Amino acid sequence: MKTEIRYLSLCGMLGYGYAPASLENALKGGLDFIGVDAGSTDPGPYYLGSGNGFAKPLQVRRDLGLALKPALDLKIPLIIGSAGGSGARPHVDKTLGILRDIAAEQGLRFRVAVIYSDIDREYLKRVAAEKRIRPCGGAPEFNPDCIGRLVNPVAQFGTAPIIEALKTGADVVLSGRCCDTAVFAAYPVMRGFPAGLALHAAKIAECGALCARPVGANDSLAVCLRQDSFTVEPPNPARKCTPDSVAAHSLYEQPDPHCFYEPEGEVDLRNCVFVQSGARAVTVSGSELRPAEKPCTKLEGAILRGYRAITIAGIRDPAAIASLDEIERGVRFAVRESASFVREGDYSLRFLRYGLDAVTGKNEAPAALPGEVGLLIEAVAPSQEQADALLGLARAKALHQGFPGRKATAGNLAFPCSPSDFQCGAVYDFALYHLADLTPGFEMKLLSIPEA
Amino acid sequence: MRLYDLASVCRSKNAGPFQLTIDLMFRTRSDYDRAMAAGNFTAEKIASLYRVDPRSVAVKPFERILTIKVVIPRNAPSGAPEDADVYGSQQHFPLGNLEV
Repeated sequence: MKTEIRYLSLCGMLGYGYAPASLENALKGGLDFIGVDAGSTDPGPYYLGSGNGFAKPLQVRRDLGLALKPALDLKIPLIIGSAGGSGARPHVDKTLGILRDIAAEQGLRFRVAVIYSDIDREYLKRVAAEKRIRPCGGAPEFNPDCIGRLVNPVAQFGTAPIIEALKTGADVVLSGRCCDTAVFAAYPVMRGFPAGLALHAAKIAECGALCARPVGANDSLAVCLRQDSFTVEPPNPARKCTPDSVAAHSLYEQPDPHCFYEPEGEVDLRNCVFVQSGARAVTVSGSELRPAEKPCTKLEGAILRGYRAITIAGIRDPAAIASLDEIERGVRFAVRESASFVREGDYSLRFLRYGLDAVTGKNEAPAALPGEVGLLIEAVAPSQEQADALLGLARAKALHQGFPGRKATAGNLAFPCSPSDFQCGAVYDFALYHLADLTPGFEMKLLSIPEA
Repeated sequence: MRLYDLASVCRSKNAGPFQLTIDLMFRTRSDYDRAMAAGNFTAEKIASLYRVDPRSVAVKPFERILTIKVVIPRNAPSGAPEDADVYGSQQHFPLGNLEV
């Protein structure tokens, strides 16, 4: 029976980078596996909807390219979670392509277990009809009418599918959407370590060296898990963990600092003890899992809202700055009059006035008028062509819109770029960000790279 | 004194696409106590600042590290066309203006 498990979290998000020395130092200490989480909903629903990764392929290739060979040499698994950020099939397959590129470049041979977490729309309809879907984290009630339009619906599974993948003996586990903790808790749970400690350690590890000081989502964290405690230490000697820095991590992006929820159950942190154990290491004990009575899985899915075009311009003229409401009214009126190519109600125009009230909007009373204002005009419409045309109308009108007391009658806007308008492509909403009392199915395939 | 000036860390961030979490950390026990005791540091007041339902606002003290966590709904979901702060990392105002 193993008494401890040592692992490395490469960085807080696959593609964010890490110091090569962090990996080298951690390898010297001996490792049972290397993990890296790629998942995040933070950059918004676009990435899930579009199938594009949030981190760019070159970033991902760099981060995996350094770690893959040492993992293969040591015969320890490399576990990648929520591939491509959103973890739907297109994201997983793009990451698989990157693994193939690295293999070709470095002459590596390995076996990869690929796990897809996409969910079937017909199954989702049945679950919705049985009223088993409820909002998660402040989301509105789920509208089953949107299921037909859902793009890339995925289930965020826990440790179980990754354990199955590890049991195949694969060198690399490439997982679709999964809980961040599953990447790092699967191996210890498989080996019989307490799930509460394993999940808490994983929760800290998935952010890389974010729990260290100086903070570093772009650096590695080494974890040593035992039956009664775990120790975290950044392998980069420029960073250190303190009891407070590790305890404070349980606040990050979490609604409750005293507990967190995973498919395995509720992890209670109220009895946690954080102790300095070495110059840069902290040992944690007391984290407990209260196993879930019913299965509970988070589902994610996007729907297309339209297409976006924007322009950015500066305004210096004080009379124009004082008349921004008036200018906006005039532009909206003129666009409505001329935009015969799109139905009113099918498009939206937005004016964001940086320097005045763009960031906190109506929640704060605007301060005294600034010397300059940055104006972002945005059009969202059912097609890119319509969004481009709407923005063209709005931009031209905003440039020349009159208002009482206007002195700068040649133009209201300073454009920093030619062309002044930018196509931003598709815009999505998280239509599915809900919990369901189901144990998600998954699809796993075992591949040899390079293929025989 | 403004809450922003009293706190050593005053930050906001998404807690999922539909909620924001605002973390307030304090240097000393007395700073933490001063914020906790401030009469206007209530869910109702915060809800009115952010134009949201008071029942959807939570104030969660985390005494061990002299931190208070505030959770509020977003005015628009992260990354939706109505949103202007995808990561929610600049929404610690107007809360930072509260007199404590």
